[in-house]
Amino acid sequence: MDITEYIQLVFTDYTLRTITLGTAILGAVTGMLGSFAVLRKQSLLGDAISHAALPGIAIAFLITGAKNSNVLLLGALISGLVGTFWIRGIIKRTHLKSDTALGLILSLFFGFGMLLLTFIQKQPNANQAGLDKYLFGQAATLVESDVWLMVIVTGACLIVLLLFWKEFKILLFDADYTKTLGFNTKFIDILITTFIVLAIVLGLQTVGVVLMSAMLLAPAAAARQWTNSLGIMVFLAAIFGAFSGVFGTAISASQNNLSTGPVIVIIAGVFVLISFIFSPSRGLLFKQIRFIKNRRDLQLHKTLAFMYHIAETHDDISHPHTIKILNNFQGFTKGTLQKLVDKHYVTLHGSDWSLTKEGFKTASNLYNQQSENNE
Amino acid sequence: MSSAQIEIQLIASLVAIACAIPGTFLVLRKMAMISDAISHSILPGIVIGFFITQDLNSPLLILLAALTGIITVILVEYIQKTGLVKEDTAIGLVFPILFSIGVILIAKNANDIHLDVDAVLLGELAFAPFDRLLIAGVDVGPKSLWIIGSILLITIGLLLAFFKEVKVSTFDAGLAASLGFSPAVIHYGLMTVSSVTTVGAFDAVGAILVVALMIAPAATAYLLTTNLKRMLVYAICFGVFSAISGYWLAHFLDASIAGSITTMLGVIFLMVYLFAPSKGVIAVLYRERQQRTEVSLLTFLLHLRNHNEEEERHVNHLNEHINWQKVRSKTVLELALKNNMILIDNNIVSLTKKGKDFTSQAIDYIITNEDSKIEHMKDDFFLFRG
Amino acid sequence: MKNNIAVKVDDLTVAYNYKPVLWDIDLEIPEGVLMAIVGPNGAGKSTLIKSILGILKPIAGSVSIYGKSYEKQRALVAYVPQKGSVDWDFPTTALDVVMMGTYGSLGWIKRPGQKEKKMALEALEKVGMLSFKNRQISQLSGGQQQRIFLARALVQDASIYFMDEPFQGVDATTEIAIINILKELRKANKTVIVVHHDLQTVPEYFDWVTFLNVKKIATGPVKDIFNDDNLTKTYGINYKVSIQE
Repeated sequence: MDITEYIQLVFTDYTLRTITLGTAILGAVTGMLGSFAVLRKQSLLGDAISHAALPGIAIAFLITGAKNSNVLLLGALISGLVGTFWIRGIIKRTHLKSDTALGLILSLFFGFGMLLLTFIQKQPNANQAGLDKYLFGQAATLVESDVWLMVIVTGACLIVLLLFWKEFKILLFDADYTKTLGFNTKFIDILITTFIVLAIVLGLQTVGVVLMSAMLLAPAAAARQWTNSLGIMVFLAAIFGAFSGVFGTAISASQNNLSTGPVIVIIAGVFVLISFIFSPSRGLLFKQIRFIKNRRDLQLHKTLAFMYHIAETHDDISHPHTIKILNNFQGFTKGTLQKLVDKHYVTLHGSDWSLTKEGFKTASNLYNQQSENNE
Repeated sequence: MSSAQIEIQLIASLVAIACAIPGTFLVLRKMAMISDAISHSILPGIVIGFFITQDLNSPLLILLAALTGIITVILVEYIQKTGLVKEDTAIGLVFPILFSIGVILIAKNANDIHLDVDAVLLGELAFAPFDRLLIAGVDVGPKSLWIIGSILLITIGLLLAFFKEVKVSTFDAGLAASLGFSPAVIHYGLMTVSSVTTVGAFDAVGAILVVALMIAPAATAYLLTTNLKRMLVYAICFGVFSAISGYWLAHFLDASIAGSITTMLGVIFLMVYLFAPSKGVIAVLYRERQQRTEVSLLTFLLHLRNHNEEEERHVNHLNEHINWQKVRSKTVLELALKNNMILIDNNIVSLTKKGKDFTSQAIDYIITNEDSKIEHMKDDFFLFRG
Repeated sequence: MKNNIAVKVDDLTVAYNYKPVLWDIDLEIPEGVLMAIVGPNGAGKSTLIKSILGILKPIAGSVSIYGKSYEKQRALVAYVPQKGSVDWDFPTTALDVVMMGTYGSLGWIKRPGQKEKKMALEALEKVGMLSFKNRQISQLSGGQQQRIFLARALVQDASIYFMDEPFQGVDATTEIAIINILKELRKANKTVIVVHHDLQTVPEYFDWVTFLNVKKIATGPVKDIFNDDNLTKTYGINYKVSIQE
């Protein structure tokens, strides 16, 4: 199947269209909210929340007996919020650190959820099938009403973001200062947290408990590398998230035996990898290039400074000296000498070198700068 | 009790002990989430190891998978070092991606590999007794028992051999380095033990329960003691107790053993979290209330000492000026009166000699913050107790 | 004579986790002074500022700003937090951070417009950072970051400025720039309260000083009370002002 065929299929095939739309919207909303989680240093909270949501799903099922995904999601939302606030309680009330609190709630809630799920599975109730899709997610089970729910939540999230943009930004950057300006920081905080939990819960059906945290973090981490503006970062994260959803769905649909969740996560991971390496301002590649260039410049400057000290002892700065003197100097190579010649700092006459006027001036400038920096 | 039941409980208990030991150090070193990351990211290691060995219980597979665990740690640390993202983001990025790779590897080779992702994540302890280890045709017990038993022996051996080093480096990395214990060696040693334990335990109890068994007993123990040896013992006890009681809970409910053990861990944690004598939530709340009154009393006494003006020492001044509610002012006044620290004369409060002495001593303590100064005060006064 | 009291603190007691850090502080800060709060580490200097600003909740006592409660007088107060208290890798520009100073007067939801931008640019110019306005904040030096924080407070156009260690880890240029702005503020009859570490510069930079170590040791004009006696009382050891240089 080639690409054009696939695109046609996306528009004509109901299931594929639903899944593509669903994963794209989900990627966008988790990417947006993930930016806030990342900047608040609450990256792992997403992982904890998604695991903590599991018992809520099971309990909602036990109470209602219905497979209606909205009811189950409500259960997940409540239990996710309980988990979140319990984590905060542990950090605040005891001397256990945040990582311990996260790991505790994550594993304990998940284990309890598993107990309930296996308990449900043994019940003589034909309805129970399909609960374990929340473990790894099954995008294939998305139906139109699920997509609508995502659209509504994303829309609400966008409105809140636009309305409280200024408040979110300042709280993320400097919470204490925000308080002194008279803003109710608790309200803003609860607003952000609730939306993060909501987005996670929405994603459970599609990518599952285990991989949810990557959906939250990866687009945001990738987006951060390309921009220094919060607005653009949130926007880019939404785009990266949406594309991860679309590409992930396409790849898993065109292959056998590939569930959508892991593929989406890997695509998101590829975005991160590319961003880490190739981002112009922060990327590792350009950092390395800059590092090498700086080191070369430094070597060149060192050699020039050394020559300057030799030339300084003579009245005539262009007095020729033998190249051999330089051989004892660390960092000197034929290459550096040639570069100095190319820059017209030095002229060569056979086995002798001499500084040009320009070279002398540059070197003395360098020397002065250095002594200034030392002060 | 059938022999299979005994074997399951034995395996679960050994896993609990094997997890509690590295878990205690992970919790103390604030690296609990690393165990979560390792438990997920060993999946591709297991799959690749399985391609090579074709045997889920092969020691080579365990080593290969443990290596993936170490690679995860190194990768996380490398990403942290680049400064491109914050520390916890690095953890949150690496493990889902490695886990996804594992899931996809399994899915693409579904025909060749009899690995079930559900089983990796959740384990199936109930089946553990059926996979027997045969040596020269003699049945010597379930394979998992031998695997986890060997890992536990190695862990205990390492713990006994390097207890001092690990202890020092956990509480004071700088001191450890100056004593010549390389913090890096201990760090990666601990990571290796955690990885090997996770891999060894996963097919019995699943990845998530491994995390629970590592973190929950240690965290629970940490609420009860700060003594390392005691913490280890408590953690092991909690682990084993949950393992056995969890098994019976699962038996009774006919549900997942791993889930039941975790639930028991959760129940124990909740109990300790609420009722621990000095660090439990109820004790903390009670103490906070006590301290609130005590601090209020001291504030009040100090205020009396600082001010000679009558208006500042008038009873009504308490709620007007110090900004206290009526009830609180009354409690504080009564408390001070009861302890003979103040005299009230015509609604003007003044300090007695006892009150003056007490205040000076308290101030001394507060400023120098030396616990020695407070020792004898604890006997003299009801304050500062607890 | 300075008669107006800008900040009045009454019997303030603050505790972290019910471990007391400030005891029964009474303080009157006259309008128009440049005041340093000095004291050893852990003396509660930052805590004092934070509880005056309502960031921390005291367990006893009250604070008034020009005779009214802080909540009512918020608009009169600006705050410069410690530079280390925020994440400087946050994706935003210098101008954006300075604009945050206008958020308080804007209130909920309303966005900053041209007027706010103009104010922010003026503040940036005052601290000599105008040419860095579009710089990402992590690419600024420590001193420049501190000046951005100062500019953010200047935008608030307050009457009283609280600054938490503004000279901590800054270069000489910044130190001079900051002190010039402080003096300008004083000239405009603003009150400036600074948590300060460097005792040697106190007489040069400030005209008012408060010695603090869990309780208030002394407060008053620098020329009257900045002496060995008070320093010793505050820092515990025999302290001599004259040891400088």
